[in-house]
Amino acid sequence: MKYQVNEKGYYGEFGGAWIPEMMFTNVDELKRRYLEIIESDSFRKEFDQLLKDYVGRPSPLYYASRLSEHYGSKIYLKREDLNHTGSHKLNNTIGQILLAQQLGKTRIIAETGAGQHGVATATVCALKGIKCIVYMGALDVSRQAPNVKKMKMLGAEVIPVHSGNKTLKDATNEAMRDWINNPEDTHYIIGSVVGPHPYPDMVARFQSVISAEMKKQLLEQTGSEFPTRILACVGGGSNAAGAFYHYLDDEQVELIGVEAAGKGIATDETAATLAVGSPGVLHSSRTMLMQNNDGQITEPYSISAGLDYPGIGPLHAHLFKTGRAKFLAATDEEVLKAVLLLTQKEGIIPALESAHALAALDKIKMNPDDVNVINLSGSGNKDMETYLNYFGY
Amino acid sequence: MPFSDPTADGPTIQRTSEIALKNGMSIKVLFDQLKTIRESVSIPLVLMGYLNPVYQYGVEKFCQKCNEIGIDGTILPDLPLDEFEAEYKTIFEQNNLHNILLITPQTSEARIRQIDAVSKGFIYMVSSSSTTGAGKKVEDFHADYFERIQHMNLKNPRLIGFGISDNATFTNACKYASGAIIGSAFVSSFSEELEIADSVAQFVKNMLIPN
Repeated sequence: MKYQVNEKGYYGEFGGAWIPEMMFTNVDELKRRYLEIIESDSFRKEFDQLLKDYVGRPSPLYYASRLSEHYGSKIYLKREDLNHTGSHKLNNTIGQILLAQQLGKTRIIAETGAGQHGVATATVCALKGIKCIVYMGALDVSRQAPNVKKMKMLGAEVIPVHSGNKTLKDATNEAMRDWINNPEDTHYIIGSVVGPHPYPDMVARFQSVISAEMKKQLLEQTGSEFPTRILACVGGGSNAAGAFYHYLDDEQVELIGVEAAGKGIATDETAATLAVGSPGVLHSSRTMLMQNNDGQITEPYSISAGLDYPGIGPLHAHLFKTGRAKFLAATDEEVLKAVLLLTQKEGIIPALESAHALAALDKIKMNPDDVNVINLSGSGNKDMETYLNYFGY
Repeated sequence: MPFSDPTADGPTIQRTSEIALKNGMSIKVLFDQLKTIRESVSIPLVLMGYLNPVYQYGVEKFCQKCNEIGIDGTILPDLPLDEFEAEYKTIFEQNNLHNILLITPQTSEARIRQIDAVSKGFIYMVSSSSTTGAGKKVEDFHADYFERIQHMNLKNPRLIGFGISDNATFTNACKYASGAIIGSAFVSSFSEELEIADSVAQFVKNMLIPN
């Protein structure tokens, strides 16, 4: 259990709960109660039932034969894009809404980048009849319009955030401010493995269903639970955390996280935190950050709104530091190429975020007998406008 | 000490932080400006900001520099009790620097006692759980909370902050504590027309005299 969080909330030197005192009571309550609640029989029962009947799990592990042929190596896709609402995000929001109910909270807030987490949060709030407020950077509101409309139709209030770069970081700041201003009735459903302890661990546990299923499915399909490698895109890193989780201590499985290089890691238009960042404290966690020499956070850039974040979950910072996982970065252009390749080889249109993991297939050496699992974290439905503009259909 | 992502602050301090950063403000520049301040200023001096710029400057180097200049304390809202005690308390103490901790209406009595035991200088008593400059009115203040804390006989003096914006709120805060902390109202008082010294003098006068 070398890569699990310790009792103080740290992964090695990363993590912790660097919270203003105004958030202490809420975060402390979560810290004291989350394990007891999510490990209780009644919680597990309702969580598993909803994952099965509502989310549609288990998500298939699909052998992509034409893509495998193209690369000369065996490629499997973990089809998180087939979940209800089109991404892995619902695994976490189902868990957190059940937890919020146990804590007696009556108001839910969330931040969102691409809108996938916002939609997943609005969905579970509709499911449970709980008030929902989603903060979204004003730039993301305009580039992810269909998801904004979905959230509204689901009954959520979407508040555009105009500070900073008007993207995910700014939406997160504003959600934290809301929580500070509403210290008693509100639960903050963070969408990734970021934020103060216990969020990184809690969200990773909810997403760990991905690798739990993967083990079973691989055993059935290949005769071994263990693939050669697992690839997943990383912004905050929740789908990667879920895909890596049950393999962290199986060191023979290579873990590869793929960050958004944007226009390239040598340019200042990138979101590849591990490639260009350094340690610091943001959003109540000590982790790797994109920042200048004065400790001011620099604005990230990626074509994909879901990866447009200047930090990364503390688990991934630790996996990077210890070398347990390898981190690559894919540029916007490489990603769009990968989108088209998967679309036309397999008839699956992936989300921009997930296509970062696909683009990394061009960057690694694979043998014909290798088993490569890509966590296909989301569907491309929300990105159709970008695709149509870029490809000119 | 401005920060790009002031999560505990409302729009006023967000905006002033942005302007300060655009003007090139940094901890290095600040220390440069403060180099000789102790030749002319004898009241206690406390620096306020967020942890990350201090972290990049180097926490130990920062504390040494504060000691050298004669800074008395810091208010860093994202450096809470537990992380402070685990990592930085010794460095602060070695440099005679008080890290001022916050309490809110939700803070438990046990934790207030813990904070009081670790604190030196004063305790920053947040009037109501909110971001700064939230514009709550004096009648929104929880008198019962103020009284509850007053009766705890803490060893540290308390200063009340958040929502102190005029003479009425200031006077009310002073009834329950040794003083008040004014942030958002202060930074929004600067006007284009007045010299900064006159503008500050005007502000302080308004704060002390009933309207």
